[in-house]
Amino acid sequence: MKKRKMFFRMITASLMRRRSRMIVALLSIAIGATILSGLVSIYYDVPKQLGAEFRNYGANVILTATDGSFARADMQKARTAVEEDDLVGITPFRYENVRIKGLPIVAVGTDPESAKKTSPYWSVDGEWFSSSEEVMVGANVAEKFKMQVGDMIEIDYSPEEKTDSAPESGVINEDFMYATVTGILDTGGSEENYVYMNLPDLANLCESDEKIDIAELSISATSDELKSYVDKINSTVPAVHASIVKRVTASETTVLTKLQALVLLVTIVVLALTMICVATTMTAVVAERRKEIGLRKAIGASDKSIIQEFMGESMLLGFFGGLLGSILGFVFAQQVSVNVFSSSISFRPLLVPITVIVSIAVTGVSSLVPIRSATDVDPALVLKGE
Amino acid sequence: MSLLELKNIYKIYGELHALDDVSLKVEKGEWVSIMGPSGSGKSTMMNIIGCMDKPSKGQVLIDGVDVSKESKKNLTNIRRDKIGLIFQQFHLVNYLTAVENVMLAQYYHSMPDEKEAMEALERVGLADRAKHLPRQLSGGEQQRVCVARALINYPEIILADEPTGNLDEKNEEIVVDLFHKLHDDGTTLIVVTHDPEVAEVAQRTLVLRDGKLSKEIVNENFTGKIRFDDQNPF
Repeated sequence: MKKRKMFFRMITASLMRRRSRMIVALLSIAIGATILSGLVSIYYDVPKQLGAEFRNYGANVILTATDGSFARADMQKARTAVEEDDLVGITPFRYENVRIKGLPIVAVGTDPESAKKTSPYWSVDGEWFSSSEEVMVGANVAEKFKMQVGDMIEIDYSPEEKTDSAPESGVINEDFMYATVTGILDTGGSEENYVYMNLPDLANLCESDEKIDIAELSISATSDELKSYVDKINSTVPAVHASIVKRVTASETTVLTKLQALVLLVTIVVLALTMICVATTMTAVVAERRKEIGLRKAIGASDKSIIQEFMGESMLLGFFGGLLGSILGFVFAQQVSVNVFSSSISFRPLLVPITVIVSIAVTGVSSLVPIRSATDVDPALVLKGE
Repeated sequence: MSLLELKNIYKIYGELHALDDVSLKVEKGEWVSIMGPSGSGKSTMMNIIGCMDKPSKGQVLIDGVDVSKESKKNLTNIRRDKIGLIFQQFHLVNYLTAVENVMLAQYYHSMPDEKEAMEALERVGLADRAKHLPRQLSGGEQQRVCVARALINYPEIILADEPTGNLDEKNEEIVVDLFHKLHDDGTTLIVVTHDPEVAEVAQRTLVLRDGKLSKEIVNENFTGKIRFDDQNPF
């Protein structure tokens, strides 16, 4: 029999036939590895998870026209530049001056279904508009004109040129529409000053082609990825100019950086605690095996072979603890993700060998001191039971 | 040249002289007992002969080589190559089977050989208990495993410390019979004991008292067999 075979026979016998003792050591390593692999999973998934959360705060990329306005086709072209999985939504907006009861108001033509995705924080009292002859008014507008959900209003189109060339009679409402107020919009922002309707309805009111002034994109991506999307849109769609909403992305980056730093710090602390825990356990394991070490030395074991055997055992424990920890770590990270972010995380196969290697290394390093001290055992004293 | 020679050995702990100018010779193939009451220096002498301790003064010659000044590492090598140890408490590794315990000595000495380890267990009559863990063996059986482990590497000296101290009469006889067989095969045996019945079966008995060799008794009627009667000279 080769020495190596006997070596593995001994260390596996030590682990398998001293199960109750070794389970304690294995658990301490597995718990450390669980938290470690769980936190690393969370560390890498936080940007994705929080990115999705941040999308609730509105768009992070704006498309403006390079020359006045752009067409829906240009917007669709820009849309294709973004990966389907990353795109939360893209919403066109057209702004026109209209009048209600003779007073000037800004009407916004948009796509309600897209707007719900890019601006999920908009709070609507009533319903969103859907069909033509339906509008949603901002809370300020509703207050100003004493409007309520269900009211019928007249909206007059009064472009600059028509106003300027208005006949002396003062009749300026050549283009008008009647619409029902389906909802009152409450955002806490300037959106409350506008009247919202379908983009084609606004085009009809203005008797012009459908055109877009700006489009908002909500993209779930890191700031670097966003930058590359913006560059791609700018290079492939000449009619639009894409730019990042720095207010949003800068806050996202700050929060993410701080959160990742926190997770990293916790990971390091857990790593240190695991090392202390494993070192304590190994010290106890070595202490209770002083007699065995004494015997091995008495029958001719060198210090090197004692260190090899105990290191072999602890590294085997590290291997099993790491393996167990990487599985439990995924479960732990999944639970955190589901409960905190309400979404699942993806399994990273690479994390298994990494956790196992780190676990073996941590166990090895933390066992080194107690194992080295084991070689100081004097066989004569130990075998006499002193 | 004697296989083992102690020349004016002293072991001093502060004011205490555990061994005080002890000299002795053991020839190859001889069976020697070392007797004495508690505190007489038996264990200290066993540790020095077994290369587990060094004397404060004097020389320990094994095969003519002075080992008294050797480093701990070299003493480990000498112990591994030349000495087989048998303990009162057996000291088997509790998670290794009987055959694995025997192979452990091979592992540190040269190459583990399960077949040879099984043969050693056969010699001590334990072939059928080879796969048992120490806790599944009786005291006598554990001591026989300990004997098999001690003889597996064909050591020049087998050094036994109170080998029958934890055994009943029947097992004591079995172990002494094993020693007899080993002696017949030419193995040098040094048995430290306080049991006169075990001591008297040896060819020669050295009596230690207060760290000094006080008496040497040569067994004229050496048979290597144990006598449970009142006729022993101690």
